[in-house]
Amino acid sequence: MNLLWLAFTIICALIGVMLSAKAVDSTMMLHGMVFSIASVLSAFALIARNYRNINTPGLADANGSVNYNTEIIKAGVIASAFWGIVGFAVGLVIALQLAFPALNFDLPWTNFGRLRPLHTSAVIFAFGGNILIMTSFHVVQRTCRARLAGDIAPWFVFWGYQLFIVLAATGYVLGVTQSKEYAEPEWYVDIWLTLVWVVYLLVFLATIWKRQEKHIYVANWFYLAFIVTIAMLHIVNNLSVPVSLAGVKSYSLFAGVQSALTQWWYGHNAVGFFLTAGFLGIMYYFIPKRVNRPVYSYRLSIIHFWSLIFLYIWAGPHHLHYTALPDWAQTLGMTFSIMLWMPSWGGMINGLMTLSGAWDKLRTDPVVRFLVTSVAFYGMSTFEGPLMSIKAVNALSHYTDWTIGHVHSGALGWVAYISFGALYFLTPVVWKRKSLYSDALVNLHFWISTVGILLYITAMWVSGILQGLMWRAYDAFGFLEYSFSETVEAMHPFYVIRALGGALFLIGALIMVYNLWRTVRGDVREKEAGALVLNMEFAGAR
Amino acid sequence: MFSHKKIEKNSILMLVLVLIVVSIGGLIEIAPLFYLESTIEKVKGMRPYSPLELAGRDIYIREGCYNCHSQMIRPLRDEAERYGHYSLAAESMYDHPFQWGSKRTGPDLARVGGRYSDEWHVTHMNNPRDVVPESIMPGYPFLGKTPLHVPDVAGNLETNKIVGVPYTDDMIANAELDLAIQVNPDADEIDAFLERYPKAQVRNFDGNPMMLSELDALIAYLQMMGTLVDFTSYDVDANKR
Repeated sequence: MNLLWLAFTIICALIGVMLSAKAVDSTMMLHGMVFSIASVLSAFALIARNYRNINTPGLADANGSVNYNTEIIKAGVIASAFWGIVGFAVGLVIALQLAFPALNFDLPWTNFGRLRPLHTSAVIFAFGGNILIMTSFHVVQRTCRARLAGDIAPWFVFWGYQLFIVLAATGYVLGVTQSKEYAEPEWYVDIWLTLVWVVYLLVFLATIWKRQEKHIYVANWFYLAFIVTIAMLHIVNNLSVPVSLAGVKSYSLFAGVQSALTQWWYGHNAVGFFLTAGFLGIMYYFIPKRVNRPVYSYRLSIIHFWSLIFLYIWAGPHHLHYTALPDWAQTLGMTFSIMLWMPSWGGMINGLMTLSGAWDKLRTDPVVRFLVTSVAFYGMSTFEGPLMSIKAVNALSHYTDWTIGHVHSGALGWVAYISFGALYFLTPVVWKRKSLYSDALVNLHFWISTVGILLYITAMWVSGILQGLMWRAYDAFGFLEYSFSETVEAMHPFYVIRALGGALFLIGALIMVYNLWRTVRGDVREKEAGALVLNMEFAGAR
Repeated sequence: MFSHKKIEKNSILMLVLVLIVVSIGGLIEIAPLFYLESTIEKVKGMRPYSPLELAGRDIYIREGCYNCHSQMIRPLRDEAERYGHYSLAAESMYDHPFQWGSKRTGPDLARVGGRYSDEWHVTHMNNPRDVVPESIMPGYPFLGKTPLHVPDVAGNLETNKIVGVPYTDDMIANAELDLAIQVNPDADEIDAFLERYPKAQVRNFDGNPMMLSELDALIAYLQMMGTLVDFTSYDVDANKR
């Protein structure tokens, strides 16, 4: 088996060298080199591993309990924290560019147009993706009571995914993009991601097949739906024809109106399946686990699972209201978006009500505070979403910052908060520490970033609605009251406030990284020793 | 009696059911757009991009202009007054992929063609605040200094042909030449070029005749935007959807 992987890395290295040598543009030359260097490093790692003579780990450890793969989780925690900081920092930079355009430096590699995809991909795919892969590997092992399937395969998923991120990110800065939002990477990066994703699905499934439980736990339904659906969306939306097999440029298979709906079918379900279904999987494991209560309703989880994944797929056209997309498709999209409110709140209710009888933990455990607040934000943004999908509302909100604010109440409040909760939970578990370094710092992180989120979304509500109203304002003579540039000028104070909110969010995340790092080192903050929330999975803590 | 327990105990059954459930919406919403004839309006005047315009469009994509500019005018009173006739699906039928955008940090560009002079664009691209003091757009001074380099002009057209743009063999054969001469009104082959690409604008766009720059291509693209469809012959009622 190791030999097969070794052969694979050597083939990849050769492909990289060939792409680099035959490249018709400089980016392909660079990416070919990066690809082949990464492959050679992997080959060395495989050989080194062989010489270290690591045997395939046994299924059970010395105590007779399952020998879980925690090394891959540790790598995931580190990668998530790293990419989180990168993504938030780039977000802050581009927020400042909108407030102070001189910060674009008028260079190709630093302008807003190239950095904005860097920000969105870094937070969604690098931070969110690593969180999803890492937590899914943890949850599937624990809920199946089986070690993660595969020896090398999970590491291929991990490192292959990091390589995807590096290729995508460097490509953006060098001007390589398909111009499809949240699907910007070009054809060769898409093919690589597809390969990684298929192995990811296989590792996940094979672990389920090894389970010692009869039932597949609800969190795994959501992870499974997320992995399978993202594969479908990714492949269809990225269908394109490259101009040359040794060049970065391709032209999308679809044009105009078909291209638009395919893109937003993908785009909205990147939200629906990447940022929602996958993160609901996180909710369904970490909240019950942390508060030590069973999931509130089994029946509700069945109903909201199937209705959520069925309805989400239809919602794409609400990104194209009043455009050249035929009306029948717009109306369908709006109708299903409004219906989507129900299964979304089904998930919120199931998450929040799991705290029944344990609400006091909200006071005593700051990690629970993150988890619960994230579900509350989920509820808020899944109410706002259907509201904005109504055509009359959308006529005002579309093309404005209101959309940006909506996305961030979901991304910061829901996705990032539940991720922070999972990171705070997992770090002591996988590094076998008695507790976190400090709960007070978790609390500080919570309040700083909550103030940051509130500044962000309120600034965007005001600027979005203000600009939408200014665009359609008429004066007493029946002329448009404002020129476009006047509406841009009016945005300035809100862009400054938004950047401030983003800065607070970044500071909070840095506090988290410090706290996690001290936890990994095994430190305990002296002032809090004895008062910390204990890691229940660590025998020495009980 | 059906029980959800069956699905919960069989990962493959669950996987297949998930795939079916998530396929339905897309199939019903997207597939008809490919065969309903009413999806794209019948119009006169649409043609594929000239090689220079296409190169300009590729630069527009490379710099991520779509992040802040839409190319989709909605049929709302204020938009029609601010930007012009609402956009038709036919106007982006050769756009692989579409550039409708999702955010107007800057104004819509669907009909920006002919609205400003070339000189305005040159100044604006160099430093937007020289012409619009309130602008927050980045400056792109490097475009005018960078010679236009397209690795395979004919290849770009051929690839577009594969995905459905009606480029003729004549267009592909003359692609290199057409790219070069669109900035040169005195070229002998201009009549043949204009026959291939009616309404194409032929002139030096960036004010620097010494070099065919990326700025030439970008301005050629911007100046043709929204100018192709002949609205005098457009039948609104026949194209109601």
